[in-house]
Amino acid sequence: MDARFDYLLRLGDDALILGQQLGLWTGHGPALEEDIALTNIGLDQIGQARAWLTLAGRIEGQGRDEDRLAYFRDQAEFRNALLCERPNGHFGDTIVRQFLFDTYAVGLHEGLSRSSDPEIAAIARKSAKESAYHLRHSRAWMVRLGDGTEESHAKVQQSLDDLLPYVGDLFHSDEATQNAAVEGWGVDPAELREGWEARFNEMLDESGLTCPESVPEQTGGRVGRHTEQLSFLLAEMQVLPRTYPDAQW
Amino acid sequence: MEMDLLQRFEAYIASDKKIEPKDWMPDAYRKTLIRQISQHAHSEIVGMLPEGNWISRAPSLKRKAILMAKVQDEAGHGLYLYSACETLGVQRDDTIADLHSGKAKYSSIFNYPTLNWADIGAIGWLVDGAAIMNQVPLCKCSYGPYARAMVRVCKEESFHQRQGFQIMMTMAGGTEDQKAMAQDALNRWWWPSLMMFGPPDDDSPNSAQSMAWNIKRFSNDELREKFVDLTVPQADLLGLTIPDPDLKWNEETGHYEFGEIDWSEFKRVVSGHGPCNKERIETRRTAWDNGEWVRDAANAHAEKRAARRAAADTAAA
Repeated sequence: MDARFDYLLRLGDDALILGQQLGLWTGHGPALEEDIALTNIGLDQIGQARAWLTLAGRIEGQGRDEDRLAYFRDQAEFRNALLCERPNGHFGDTIVRQFLFDTYAVGLHEGLSRSSDPEIAAIARKSAKESAYHLRHSRAWMVRLGDGTEESHAKVQQSLDDLLPYVGDLFHSDEATQNAAVEGWGVDPAELREGWEARFNEMLDESGLTCPESVPEQTGGRVGRHTEQLSFLLAEMQVLPRTYPDAQW
Repeated sequence: MEMDLLQRFEAYIASDKKIEPKDWMPDAYRKTLIRQISQHAHSEIVGMLPEGNWISRAPSLKRKAILMAKVQDEAGHGLYLYSACETLGVQRDDTIADLHSGKAKYSSIFNYPTLNWADIGAIGWLVDGAAIMNQVPLCKCSYGPYARAMVRVCKEESFHQRQGFQIMMTMAGGTEDQKAMAQDALNRWWWPSLMMFGPPDDDSPNSAQSMAWNIKRFSNDELREKFVDLTVPQADLLGLTIPDPDLKWNEETGHYEFGEIDWSEFKRVVSGHGPCNKERIETRRTAWDNGEWVRDAANAHAEKRAARRAAADTAAA
């Protein structure tokens, strides 16, 4: 597999899977304002997914467009980090998942906006504006829920304990990412961890939440080894194009 | 005194001036507006559910993005309308509680299920189309905040209507399966869409007063006729058949004649026995109940933060 294609799939699939999950909140949020916010963030993620997957398909050169890549790959061909496919759960679970991702995405997009590949840089610059806003939203909720009531504190602490083991997958580093960094068109996520920690710790200070002592990490998403949840998610998302492969929509 | 106020109010209405929140208004006018605007807001919010049902299964990423943006617009409409309602002295949470208890109604059309992807097209084309027909006159209604909210709502709705029609064109011009889905969607949404204009004029108890107050500007039957006249040629263009054997063009009147509407179905759905009434309200209630701890946390945090600021200010002084 072409290294750049593989790298772009990782970016596109993270955004796609998150967008797909956030879309499920539409009409079910805890308040109208949050319904709008979560849908809006989901919409940004779908927009980013389209841009990354379109570029990936072009680089691959096999004639696959964004929809071919989104709807006609099986779960083992997806390259999203495991964190993105964790279920929505309750509002706190979704917010923690988003916060852990946003703290990574701001560093990633900032780094990629200096890519030597002008197309990657352009998508990243647009995405950076969005992820900065997403982080503002998810961080504000981490603080509200952490500081709010005893119940909200306990709930969101549990969400954090449950989801933290999946963070390591975001920083997965291999030949593809290392080459990307050396060649100057990409960022090696391993280099983003320090910035992530700093933003994460700031949030802990302000929310009163605590970091669990030691967390054995769950990894595998970047090489297509996923959790059970992903194939259900894809079955739902891909149902129409797979059932009617000749149709244009 | 009351007489003077009433005369002034009526003079305002007669000269087509807007009534604003701080102006005196008869209680019955206020109550009518609260009922209508809150029902309208609830319709936007409940209306998110049948379309939201297909977000996860939208057949392309572009369609998914469009549908998310559209349903999000509906949430925005709900927000403006709840705000317009608050200018009349009722709180959003109380209004929502009335929806959940079944005291307040919402548009019955949303008690029908969305069963295939073409339903998303049919809702935009027919349901939003009928809504626009009902709502454009409201941009000129006598209550200022409602009229102004409706200007923006109508702009977005007309965009929604066009995207719905565009889905229908794609489906009707697609494979045999897609055409069948489009026809099936039209068959199921046509009659409920005609019912959206409300009962016939001779059976519409609130209409006369609302017309006198310039809240309503055209009768139910006038708007329904206008909708049919506009929509039938669009169905022809799509190559789809309107499910009404009695439908025919009347050269003399310059309007379409259409078959008898099944008002017993309308009454059944309005009174809570449509295919999805229970499900829709249950979904809204569940979302609200599941969100309670979140809203409580946000309030508690806001209070704690204000208290910490006040303490810091005192310490500094």
